Amino acid sequence: MIEFDAVSARYDGAADPVLSGVRLGVDEGELCLVVGHTGSGKSTLLAAINGLFPYFTGGTLSGRVLVGGRDTARYRPRELADVVGMVGQDPVAGFVTDTVEEELAYTMEQLAVEPAAMRARLEETLDLLGLADLRRRALATLSGGQQQRVAIGAALTAHPRVLVLDEPTSALDPASAEDVLAAITRLVHDLGITVVLAEHRLERVLPYADRVWYLAGDGSVTAGDPAGIMRTAQVAPPVIELGRLAGWDPLPLSVRDARRQAPQLRARLPESPGPARPYPGPAGTVPALAARDVVVRYGPVVAVRAVSLSLRPGVVTALMGRNGSGKSSLLWALQGAERRAGGTVSVGPAGTDPAGLPAAEARRQVGLVPQAAADLLYLDTVGAELEQADRDAGAEKAARAILDQIAPGVLDDAHPRDLSAGQQLALVLAIQLTAAPGVLLLDEPTRGLDYQAKTSLIGVLDELAAAGHAIVVATHDVEFASRACDRVVVLAEGEIVADGEAVSVLTASPTFAPQVAKVLAPLPYLTVPQVAAGLDAGLVNG
Amino acid sequence: MNATSIRRRPGEPPEPVRAGLAAGLPGRVAARVTAGRLPRGLHPVAWWIWAIALAVAASRTSNALLLLLIFGVLALTVALRRTDAPWARGYRFYLVMALSVIVIRVVFRIIFDSGASQGSLILFRLPQLPVPSWYSGIQIGGPVSAQAVAAAALDGARLACLLCCLGAANTLANPKRALQVLPGALYELGVAVTVALSVAPQLVESVQRVRRARRLRGATEHGLRALRAVAVPVLHDALDRSLLLAASMDARGYGRTGRASRASRRITGTMMLAGMAGLCIGAYGLLDATLPGAFADAGFAAGTALCVAGLALGGRRVARSRYRPDPWRWPEWVVCACGLACAAGLWLNLAHDQAALNPAGLGWPPLPPLPAALILLAAVAGVAAPPPAGSGASDR
Repeated sequence: MIEFDAVSARYDGAADPVLSGVRLGVDEGELCLVVGHTGSGKSTLLAAINGLFPYFTGGTLSGRVLVGGRDTARYRPRELADVVGMVGQDPVAGFVTDTVEEELAYTMEQLAVEPAAMRARLEETLDLLGLADLRRRALATLSGGQQQRVAIGAALTAHPRVLVLDEPTSALDPASAEDVLAAITRLVHDLGITVVLAEHRLERVLPYADRVWYLAGDGSVTAGDPAGIMRTAQVAPPVIELGRLAGWDPLPLSVRDARRQAPQLRARLPESPGPARPYPGPAGTVPALAARDVVVRYGPVVAVRAVSLSLRPGVVTALMGRNGSGKSSLLWALQGAERRAGGTVSVGPAGTDPAGLPAAEARRQVGLVPQAAADLLYLDTVGAELEQADRDAGAEKAARAILDQIAPGVLDDAHPRDLSAGQQLALVLAIQLTAAPGVLLLDEPTRGLDYQAKTSLIGVLDELAAAGHAIVVATHDVEFASRACDRVVVLAEGEIVADGEAVSVLTASPTFAPQVAKVLAPLPYLTVPQVAAGLDAGLVNG
Repeated sequence: MNATSIRRRPGEPPEPVRAGLAAGLPGRVAARVTAGRLPRGLHPVAWWIWAIALAVAASRTSNALLLLLIFGVLALTVALRRTDAPWARGYRFYLVMALSVIVIRVVFRIIFDSGASQGSLILFRLPQLPVPSWYSGIQIGGPVSAQAVAAAALDGARLACLLCCLGAANTLANPKRALQVLPGALYELGVAVTVALSVAPQLVESVQRVRRARRLRGATEHGLRALRAVAVPVLHDALDRSLLLAASMDARGYGRTGRASRASRRITGTMMLAGMAGLCIGAYGLLDATLPGAFADAGFAAGTALCVAGLALGGRRVARSRYRPDPWRWPEWVVCACGLACAAGLWLNLAHDQAALNPAGLGWPPLPPLPAALILLAAVAGVAAPPPAGSGASDR
């Protein structure tokens, strides 16, 4: 169906090729999973399938790409629209029309499908993706998961033989992501359509994958069956890491597989693990930030409903909850940038309220890294941004030192917008830390980060906590929270519904637990390193 | 939401009436009548023809009663047949705009050109500004006559009425669906407008987000640098988004070449250019009195013919189909006919009933029966058009 023959890809002005000498093939009806770090060339590989690379992105492609028998050298993307359906990360950016029905019909209109056939196909697609109830809705009013399903539907109505999805769930919360991935697996099983999928949430799709392409990052691509590739791949979900640690064979690809092999492992582990992270500081210390009955409302909508929260220095708190549960509003209100409708916030021993301070003073008390971190960057080079940060904070060369500590190797003359998501986050974090705030708030920092970038972020947060910062991280990512956070606060409809040590909150419900906890329940283990430590202890004791 | 659904109800004939409408007719015709009246959006072109016809009628009269009648017809029709889609909620903005047109007109007349003459009723006197003799054409201040104020108000009302006609068309017909009736050769233009319409709200949202985020960095910059701190991230955002959109449209087959060959594309281009030139010559002939009238007519005729031919030929350049095009059934004919009858009536009436259509002086204007009846006929459109289908925005 898809054939890569000695394909090399290089962007103009780049020193190294993104892909070199790639030979791959996918058969009809296969689900092919593309795995690799950010920047390893996943998007380029996917864009080469329908010719968006190099026709649209620029660059040079050598070798031959055949899709459904058509050579992309001779067919432009628009002429492959009836063979390849393409779905990107941000569904909203790709919408051309503004209602569900019109969006689904758009591709068919371009392909000049007969009106009668168009009508029938559209109804089928609405049913297939469970969009029938939404058909007349404006796209802007849909949730992220619904929008992404519309985007997939819009590609499907053209009856393509190949569907290419580039990280379709990276911008979604877990429930929406489940929705979308369930829809994709249904497509593979019911329609027999060939699917090529790049995805961060490997664990959810690995069991369904027929083939994995692993991009090592040096331009090479290895193809193989999932269990074989995952045995050595650097990018791996916790369940795979657990499987490797326990030496399970065959390697379990899902929580279900792992759970069936887990009894022996459970027997080897001590009843209670050491804490995932040492819970620091006695409870008696002065809180770095104390909020009482904070209320945030937008007209009739109450986003945060009388939330009281006390943050201690040296503790990393995860703020969790579904989209729209008030996480962001609470963070902005704590920083003082969002107007509170009620309640008090006092920072530090002096008990100052950041909302009453001028902005430059408020950020010395509480630093906030917003969800769209790049919104804070407006200069041409990283160096200029760092200098500006020093000037704002009245510091000397402090910003550069902090950045080097968080993410070494970001050059002064690089353009901030050219950095990877992880580097951008590090830059904004460095800018905010230059003002030396005692309290640091991060809104969804893990969005768009791969496993590696998340691990390094966890290291940074650990060091900041050890230096006495009080940190709050709003996140959807249970795995990240289990590794990075000491305390978990769960919000629902603007109210705190759970608050406590990470272990007790995260293992309280099976749906909300990290993978390791799901596999090893009822033992309260959260992370793979914990299990490793437990195994060592078990050996010593045994 | 509740108010909307209640308001919409009166326009929808209750079941027995609908049955009665079709009862006396033979089976097939009755079926057609019922099918045409099923809830749906009327063809946008029908609404536009109706609204433009009413605007033509309004431009033909300065009778306050007739203008008021037209305002009434517009308001009634909008109230009966608009949906609850975002673009259909804007009618009151047109009303506000119309009102301000009248006010501005009157204020300007009072200040600049009160034009009091012998026998006019002086309302009050403004202090008069002395103007240099070489600038004597304009008078600032001075006596203000009732006639002048009334005339200005009427003039303003006529302009306001045209505005409201435009507003009604925009409220009743989905602007994006209206763009879809553009000929194939102008399809790209329609797409550009559609995309621009959807980008504007995104840009506003983007500006709000970035401005809010500035406080997090201390918002220390002032003046030009502050502007830059907002503009750069917003523009980056917009540019990224437009690139993604372009990639998505390309991948979805936008701009696939149809049956046209290179030669036919060239012919189309030449015809369009020649047609435009013809139209320019025609316009020049019309404006320059020294040229014979036939010159202008010939220019216009040739230009129009070439442009139409070019558009028709250019339309073949792209192969495309349309999903659920708006049907053109009898309600569309009725709506157009109502509007056109009204426009034609007032246009023709002008010749022999000048006094009633444009009464002079301060007295209570007469109500000429035929024009009034024709304007009321235009209101039939509101009932003849099928009730709008639920947009689904309320059944969330």
